[in-house]
Amino acid sequence: MSEQSNGFLKKWNAAAMDLCPDPFRPSSFGSTRDGFGKGLLETAELHENIWVVSADVQESTRVHWFAEKFPNRFIQVGIAEQNLAGIAAGISSCNKIVFMSAFAAFSPGRNWDQIRVSICYQNSNVKIHSSHSGLTVGADGATHQALEDIGILRTLPNMTIVVPCDFEQAKKAVKLIALHSGPVYLRTVREKSPVFTSSKTPFEIGKFNVYKEGKDIAIFACGFTVYPALHAAFELEKEGIDCAVIDAHTIKPIDQDSILFWANTTKLLISIEDHQVTGGLGSAIAEVLAETKTNAILKRHGIYDLFGESGECEQLLKKYKLDYVGISEVVRTAWNSLKVKL
Amino acid sequence: MNPFNFQDTVQLQLLANDLRQEVIRILCESKSGHSAGSLGMADVFAVLYFNVLSYNPKDPAWKDRDRLILSNGHICPIQYASMAYAGFFPKTELFTLRKLGSRLQGHPHTGSLPGIENNGGPLGQGLSQAVGISLVCKLENKSFRVYCITGDGEHNEGQIWEAIETAAKYKLHNLIVIVDRNRIQMDGPTEVVMPLDSLAEKYAAFGWNVLELDGHNIPGLLQGFEKAKLNKSAPLVIIANTIPGKDVAFMENSYDWHGKVPTVEQAQQALLLLENIHKKIADVKN
Repeated sequence: MSEQSNGFLKKWNAAAMDLCPDPFRPSSFGSTRDGFGKGLLETAELHENIWVVSADVQESTRVHWFAEKFPNRFIQVGIAEQNLAGIAAGISSCNKIVFMSAFAAFSPGRNWDQIRVSICYQNSNVKIHSSHSGLTVGADGATHQALEDIGILRTLPNMTIVVPCDFEQAKKAVKLIALHSGPVYLRTVREKSPVFTSSKTPFEIGKFNVYKEGKDIAIFACGFTVYPALHAAFELEKEGIDCAVIDAHTIKPIDQDSILFWANTTKLLISIEDHQVTGGLGSAIAEVLAETKTNAILKRHGIYDLFGESGECEQLLKKYKLDYVGISEVVRTAWNSLKVKL
Repeated sequence: MNPFNFQDTVQLQLLANDLRQEVIRILCESKSGHSAGSLGMADVFAVLYFNVLSYNPKDPAWKDRDRLILSNGHICPIQYASMAYAGFFPKTELFTLRKLGSRLQGHPHTGSLPGIENNGGPLGQGLSQAVGISLVCKLENKSFRVYCITGDGEHNEGQIWEAIETAAKYKLHNLIVIVDRNRIQMDGPTEVVMPLDSLAEKYAAFGWNVLELDGHNIPGLLQGFEKAKLNKSAPLVIIANTIPGKDVAFMENSYDWHGKVPTVEQAQQALLLLENIHKKIADVKN
């Protein structure tokens, strides 16, 4: 354990303490798509009614490990995302658990009606796995950077939405969502990021994880932004700003209890997401706050009604303030502006 | 095994006529819905539910049942009528069509009514679901078949062709698609809105087996389905040439009646026409 992080770690709750020996020296790097692929393989070995359907991106979305091992439960439909969703629904109607796998820009980007009617309205046991979500696909540019997927799925009845924060959590999530009845959206990314949770870290659909306590600000982050948010919290602590960091891995159903707890114990809530600030995590939190009297206000951080652009992942995260420096700056600015008002 | 197994042409013709009358009554009652396609497919539905399909109305979830996927869900009045006559639910319930609290939703909902296999309506979706079920059937060596009814106008949707490709790739011989080739859609004749001919050649070019039939010729339909059941090589499509609004003269072949229902007066007139035809069919028998 580094000297630097020692004081920081003392503020972690008991469960979080266990999960990460040192958040600034992660045990490894991995992508959430890899976590999905490994978790799928392990889960499929236990449940022979798991089928997988792919839209010409089996290696990219990491279902190729499943395909190699279970060729008779693997269907390749080609570049046809609408058909992908319908076939997944059809297979699931024969008492199967179906994972359909594609890129987030195209699924749910171009098969939303099929997801709505054939999957959600039928309450089909289909798990929609979409990798390559968000800004981190980098050089491919705006067409391939899905920043609206959570927003368009969150309004669909029966849908559950999970955004894992690292490789380990993605792996864990697959096992749980396979056994969760009904449609689930699992959003992963291509890029590797620090693996900072462990096999012991708790994960329950619909229940946020608290990785750090804090009394001034509660930062709700999801996906790969949880790690830089933790890092930012540590930096801000040196400046006397005390932030809690909450891993909001389930966007739907949203953890109202957690949101209201932090709204009543801190003064400022901040949502961080690799998604438009409308429709995603920030909106979901805003909806909870709007219907209950609390003293906290909310700052939503993410992509501000813009399309992405080409660039290296790190450059984009810097430009759009989703690395720890950018997140620190956003939090600091929001806190200072709040203090002026107070 | 079909629970009725009607073989007699006249019996099936009379039944199709009864179903048409039922469609007129319930659409008049519901005041909205789709008349032309429902009437046009009555003979095909009579043959499917009373001869071809293997199912048990008392056990709609029986795992080895044949699946009937209605992709063009807007013609559900004829499916509901067929199901009521087959014993899935009481005939009186037909009159709840499209009303609040009814199991007979305006477009079919599998969660509402046992015996409905898919949510149909938004066009192009049902065939993909049928392909999904056929894949399980084939890869797990099940004995049931998957029947999927589609509209011809529905073939404007790109998703239909995605599903056609996939069925051919996996050689889904247990899949039988029936196209209601009635040549009308919402805005006009199919060949004006978006030309589809020659549909048979298109399916054949995608690697399907094709049968083209008169959708009102009962013996022809019975033979066609028998032939389809023997098919072992590739998915098979039955292009059923039908007359939209069939047997209600003022509705026949008019795209105006695609998404319209009869008024009380028009319904009375339609029922008179249908009753006369019923008598003629019965007279032939006697």
